[in-house]
Amino acid sequence: MDDLLQEFIAETRETLEALSGEIVAWEAHPEDGARLDAIFRFVHTVKGSCGFLDLPRLERLAHAAEDVLAQVRSGEREPDRGLVNAVLAVVDRIGELVEAIDAGNSVPDSGEELLIAALAQGSDQVATAGPANVQRAPSRSVRLNVDLLDRMMSGMSEMVLARNELARRLRSGDIDPTVEAALERLSLTVGEMRDTVTRTRMQKIDALFSALPRMVRDTAAGLGKSVSLHIEGSDVELDREMIEVMRDPLVHIVRNSIDHGIEEPAMRRAVGKRENGRLSVAARQSGNQIIVEIADDGRGIDTDKLIRKLAATGGRSERELMALSPRAKLDLVFQPGLSSKDEVSEVSGRGVGMDVVRASIEQIGGRVELDNAPGKGLRIAIHVPLTLSIISAIVVGSGRQRFAIPRQSIEEIVTERGEAIRIDVLGGTRVATVRERRMPLLDLADLLGIEREPGFGEQGGSQMLAIVSVSEGSYALAVDTVLDNEELVIKPASPAVMTTGLYAGQTLPDSGLPMLLLDCAGMASVAGLNFNRDAGQGFDEAEEAAEAPGVPALLFNDLDGMRRAVPLAAVDRVEQVSGDQVRFAAGRFRLAIDGRILPLAAQGEIEGRHKLNVLRLKDDMTEVSYAIDEALDIIILPHDIAPAREPGPVAGVMLIDGEQVELLDVLWVFDEHADREVEDEAPLCLISGDQDGWMASFVRPLLESAGYRVTAQLAAGETPAVVLSSEDAPTLPDASAPVVRLRRRRAAKAGEDSVYRYDRAGLLSALEAWVAGKAGR
Amino acid sequence: MAHLYLIAQIAGRAVAIDSDQVESVVDIGEVTAVPRASAHVRGLAALRSRVVTVVDTQSALGLEAGGGAKRAVITRVEGHHYALLVDSLDDVAPFELLPLAGGVALDSAWRSAGRGIVEREGEPILAIDLASLVPGSNALQ
Repeated sequence: MDDLLQEFIAETRETLEALSGEIVAWEAHPEDGARLDAIFRFVHTVKGSCGFLDLPRLERLAHAAEDVLAQVRSGEREPDRGLVNAVLAVVDRIGELVEAIDAGNSVPDSGEELLIAALAQGSDQVATAGPANVQRAPSRSVRLNVDLLDRMMSGMSEMVLARNELARRLRSGDIDPTVEAALERLSLTVGEMRDTVTRTRMQKIDALFSALPRMVRDTAAGLGKSVSLHIEGSDVELDREMIEVMRDPLVHIVRNSIDHGIEEPAMRRAVGKRENGRLSVAARQSGNQIIVEIADDGRGIDTDKLIRKLAATGGRSERELMALSPRAKLDLVFQPGLSSKDEVSEVSGRGVGMDVVRASIEQIGGRVELDNAPGKGLRIAIHVPLTLSIISAIVVGSGRQRFAIPRQSIEEIVTERGEAIRIDVLGGTRVATVRERRMPLLDLADLLGIEREPGFGEQGGSQMLAIVSVSEGSYALAVDTVLDNEELVIKPASPAVMTTGLYAGQTLPDSGLPMLLLDCAGMASVAGLNFNRDAGQGFDEAEEAAEAPGVPALLFNDLDGMRRAVPLAAVDRVEQVSGDQVRFAAGRFRLAIDGRILPLAAQGEIEGRHKLNVLRLKDDMTEVSYAIDEALDIIILPHDIAPAREPGPVAGVMLIDGEQVELLDVLWVFDEHADREVEDEAPLCLISGDQDGWMASFVRPLLESAGYRVTAQLAAGETPAVVLSSEDAPTLPDASAPVVRLRRRRAAKAGEDSVYRYDRAGLLSALEAWVAGKAGR
Repeated sequence: MAHLYLIAQIAGRAVAIDSDQVESVVDIGEVTAVPRASAHVRGLAALRSRVVTVVDTQSALGLEAGGGAKRAVITRVEGHHYALLVDSLDDVAPFELLPLAGGVALDSAWRSAGRGIVEREGEPILAIDLASLVPGSNALQ
């Protein structure tokens, strides 16, 4: 988040500098539309970024200014002197706040209300921003010309090649150990330098994606929708330039998807969709391009509505627009000043939208493609040219030549002679069957027409099969050898090479001999592999038939010596961790892994082990780890499971190979162990009559961990779902909410309707009964 | 108006190349083949840290694929670097570009590559456009 903040500050500062001229010009000619647009875009961007970075003060200012400017744009208001002054004061204030954030200072928020009030119609208040005594902090980032970075990068590659050459020369003769040591050191430094230099130019696209989950959650929550986000390909590395350019468009598109695309939960239920909207964001490299795809399963674009809207705003007539081709109709969404939603919401804009998205992508030579399925969803693909990228690749050999294959598209690599592998010839075509999964087989050497080395296949050399997945399906690619796994800097190849459709780019590895990166989708289409849906389904059905019906589960030995099973769908992965990653902290065992802390559940002794195997259990929102002794096998759950006598970590017991195996109750584990987030929709519990602070300090954590929001003081407009009160407190005037009273003595007096204050279970069930009762009414 | 031209030998014939099109002249080392690419593409070669596409100039001119030519002229077309193989380099000198004499019909790819002639001591030399020899470039289409 710090990076994002720094970027926001740098960007805002830069825009403000560029904007200062516009502001002065607008002041002189308030009727000048182009200046107005520039300022409008600025406040709009600030508003968007602030919502995203959680800077409420800035957001409020920007939002107010945006409202007013929107009114001016639509002609509702005249840009008079007072309005111009007020807007400028807000813009100045934004600048001050940004500097203050950068310097880590605070600016008193006095006067901001005045600034906002001054924007109101008819206000003759002269608003001035507060004293501008903010010190500008020395900037911790600098902006460099890209050319300079490019020169640095090519200088670096040359240094690497020179080092390799030097090493080769030196090692060909007798080498003095001191020289050898110096060479080693040089090698190491050059290697480190190269990484650093590369990072100056490249960035993982994760830098774009990492902020999405939070944004999606907040945006969706703000709209009362529920959206699950799926992100893929976040380790693709890209030119920083491209990442910067894509940032705003991506945010716009994602917000649009949630705001306009995905329907309200009730609506989704009504049309037979899952209540949870789905949004997927994926990056991949394809040929000379990087494609970022944003797909949702919302309502798609209603082109007819779009046309009515456009016709209403004037310009072209409805009849003219109706005559357009479907493609052209869809493209109308890129018309400036268009919002396909009737009311303007907090979240997405009012006209600064798809036109700006398209303009900024086209500016870097990319394009935006829409794939609209009305009622089913919308897929937006941003294609940007690949200037250079770093990808993790597998180097394979075929004949005497080496090729790189993107790691991302390889599912697995198996040897042709593996046990679960079968290769058959159907007609003239080879087909591989890998663990009951049948797929076409391509021989890289045949496909490329590479001559085999003499004697190949005679000494019993077996080929390796890389199982390659492309968007339509999977195929097996036969290669002679699998050599290495390397991070490669990929550059676009010349058109003469790209026209083959087989390659995705070229790279210069340390050997100094250029290597080609294979385009997996391209190879499939050149080879004429036909993954049409029907064929694919055929394969899938075969696969399903081969499997015994049932729920697959992971069988393991638990720490307490029991043999247990857990449904495979709940297991994200099984990992080995060292004992010192586990701590008893904040009331429970926790596991530090991948830079996060996960609750660790266990049945049995955790402490005193050097190594632990943990299951990482995951549902949509939460993750819990579960310590086990060892994972044994994958089994299919039998139909007959004897349920446990009482709720707990074990759901039941079943017979597996004549042995009793307990089935772990995943729901219970999540319920018991997952760290809870207090959600807005959680029922509100008001603590009343808490004179000695006992309830706030002791009962509150209990209630919060049980999923209530707790307050001692109601904010305006809030109504509690239930009131918790001590027995001697006076009855509340607000009798609309049910009241649960706590008593100090264990035994209840006759006729007393209260709960003993140390009775956790009793208290929770009393609250629950009331809340549920209320919901039921 | 005189302009600087490189005089090179391709398939035993002298040609003139506009020096503006030439970034450098190099000896090409090991070449990585590009399977399934046009026959005119010899492969990829590394020039220090830069990867260039090596073009078999003879083949691109519609002649038999060149033999072991190692020397190449580096040119840049549409942002990509190409190495065009030549037999040898004779000379660099200013010449004046003259139009092709009327009625001279060049054959095959020479026609699209030919831009005019320059005269070296009375000997006419065909001036060619390197970009038109690059396979897959727009100049060719």
